[in-house]
Amino acid sequence: MTIAMKRLPAVAAALALLAGTGAARAEDTIKMGGLATLEGAFAVLGQDSFRGMDLALQEVNYTVAGKKIVVVKGSSDASPESAVKATRKLVEEDGVQILIGPLSGSEGIAVKDYAKTQPKVTFLNGSSAAQDTTLINPAENFFRFNTDGVQWMAGLGDYIYNKKGYKKVAIVAEDYSFPYSQVEGFMLPFCKLGGHVPSKSWVPIGNKDFSSVIAALPDDVDAILVVLGGADAINFLTQYQQAGGTLPLIGGSITADQTVLGAKGQQRKAVVGMPSAGPTADTWDDPRWKAFVAQYRKAFPDGFPVPSLFADAYYMNTKAALLALAQVNGDLSDGGVKYREALAKLTFETPTGMVKLDKNRNAIADIFVTEVTEASDGTLLNKVVSIAKDVDETLGVPQAEFLKNGPASRDNPDCK
Amino acid sequence: MSVARADAPAVTAGSADPGSSADAFYVVGAILLLAFPLFASPFFTFQIGAYSLVLGTVALSVMVLGGYGGMVSLAQMTVAGIAGYTIAILGHNGSNVMGLGWPWWLAVPVAILLGAVASALIGALAVRTAGIYTIMITLAIATAFFYFVRQNYALFNGFNGFHGVEPPKVLGVYLRDPVPFYYLSLAVAVFFYGATIYAERSTFGLTLQALRDNPRRARAIGFDVSAHRIFAFFLAGVIASTAGVLLVWFNSQISPGSVSVGAAVDSLVITVVGGIRRPIGPFIGALLFVILQNFAVDLVNPDRFNTVIGLVFLAVLFVSPDGLLGLVDRLRTVAAAQSLRQAVPPQGHMPNQGTAKD
Repeated sequence: MTIAMKRLPAVAAALALLAGTGAARAEDTIKMGGLATLEGAFAVLGQDSFRGMDLALQEVNYTVAGKKIVVVKGSSDASPESAVKATRKLVEEDGVQILIGPLSGSEGIAVKDYAKTQPKVTFLNGSSAAQDTTLINPAENFFRFNTDGVQWMAGLGDYIYNKKGYKKVAIVAEDYSFPYSQVEGFMLPFCKLGGHVPSKSWVPIGNKDFSSVIAALPDDVDAILVVLGGADAINFLTQYQQAGGTLPLIGGSITADQTVLGAKGQQRKAVVGMPSAGPTADTWDDPRWKAFVAQYRKAFPDGFPVPSLFADAYYMNTKAALLALAQVNGDLSDGGVKYREALAKLTFETPTGMVKLDKNRNAIADIFVTEVTEASDGTLLNKVVSIAKDVDETLGVPQAEFLKNGPASRDNPDCK
Repeated sequence: MSVARADAPAVTAGSADPGSSADAFYVVGAILLLAFPLFASPFFTFQIGAYSLVLGTVALSVMVLGGYGGMVSLAQMTVAGIAGYTIAILGHNGSNVMGLGWPWWLAVPVAILLGAVASALIGALAVRTAGIYTIMITLAIATAFFYFVRQNYALFNGFNGFHGVEPPKVLGVYLRDPVPFYYLSLAVAVFFYGATIYAERSTFGLTLQALRDNPRRARAIGFDVSAHRIFAFFLAGVIASTAGVLLVWFNSQISPGSVSVGAAVDSLVITVVGGIRRPIGPFIGALLFVILQNFAVDLVNPDRFNTVIGLVFLAVLFVSPDGLLGLVDRLRTVAAAQSLRQAVPPQGHMPNQGTAKD
């Protein structure tokens, strides 16, 4: 018995040794990593993200310039530490040369910081949309071909104040960097016009019981802005219905998204007519978007009626990765230097219009103000209200001036 | 158990000296662990090797309480978290909340002491109960601490916790580089492993085991059961807090997620799957846990990899209720019985063997 005990350290070490053999990197293949949240409150979002990524790869049949693209996927749970762990595994163990991901805001900031330690690997964002990822201390090798959470709200503050006539709005949002960005994007114009936000409720990701939040909502407001994603949004909307809440709701970009609208249940009643803004609009009648929807539905019959903004963001970033790869003829032998130059200059057609990058390698693209409608077959879709053209990261204000607003946080901006 | 022990001398009598073969395993194990960073990639050194050692050390504190004291605690991850939060609050962090800027050589001992005292306090509450009630009380404490740090912004920075908690540079070596961090984790793990082996045979360790086996009798002889158990919680707290400091350095951040109920259950799963009866068990469990956590995603459809992790743990406990250690023990018992049969073959089998050779 004692001998067995003493033998075990050796066994443990040998086990580790066996697992430690890394895969060799072949000359005619390119390794691409994909990272999304397949665990936790955002699991459904992660699934649809990978649909978008697969779609872009299927278009080129997993081959660029005669080189086969080998995809390795990883999963996180929306926490920065899980994202960095999964990224480290994909980069250092699987040896991916290009990484697409992550999905969630604070994950993006953590992966961007990690990217600085891996200068030879090219990182393209998935759908994470915290503004700080590219605006503050950006990494040279981190590219974001989707717009961020502040940009996604472009036009909404104005629409709510002037067209809807809501002057006082309460906010319920998750407590991390992406909703900070969304709230900032909504409040900057809204407060400037004279609107007031008397109360903000910040809830943790994965919160299940919203009864205390709902009870604490003020009565004397005109509407509630809800910036919650995935399971959190569905839980809040269902419980708000059950509690007999009647205030009009305004949706954050990922609240009025197919990952929420596509779910069955009571919350559906609460969201019809909900105004929102975001990088996609389900019923946009542009041929580029229509072709994308048809392509998505053909490839994934069990997906959503319309691709979510996550599928769209992963699709765009993967497509950008593949287009630039074709431009350099699949040559990453210089540690991706030429490849990243090509990426920085890339301008291309996406399902939601032209995308180009600013000097921080963040996308400049069109943003849609939308309203949720019920289609004849009962599906809930986002209908276009207006389109803001070429929205940049600082909403048209020079960067230095924009930075004077201070970093978005629980308490900033503020207009009680 | 007593049967296996009675057999042991007979098995090894004919072969080499048992002491030297045990020493050989120790030497091979030590060489492999020491040389690991030489042949492993930085990823394996840091994220598999060092992380297994750190998680194993947390689980070791669960094992010390459960294996020797018979007290299953779900609050040891909380103790590790208290030490981790203390480092973030007293030292430097990147969240612009707290971060009093104490030097590491002051912050680390204070964090470990604070964690150990917290563990003793948890023990003071828990030792009056036994069995499932101990589990419930420690689970309640773990849950309460999780919600407390999640809602407290002034001290713990709420849901987001602290990021940018960096380990120090000591003598020009940055401790978060894979190889230095691996050796630091190894040193801590080996130290506490050795200390546990020593304590197991010390007067205190034997008393603790006696209290586990028959508390009423021990009390009748005159031992103070509660005091011994609380001190055991304190010692386990030192182990967990030290691992907690390493854990916050490993992640370079700490948030309520680090001390969630899920994390507390993980520490127990690691201990049980590895084997709760001997101090090597938690480290084996941690290695399996970390390998699965990193590589299960490659085995199946990424959507379903958590199912694989769960199934492997179920399979281990189904085959061997006392974890991987128990499995190894059982295989050795079988092997020993076999070699015994060969060494002294029963009379009836002799002719058969003879004919087989012909």
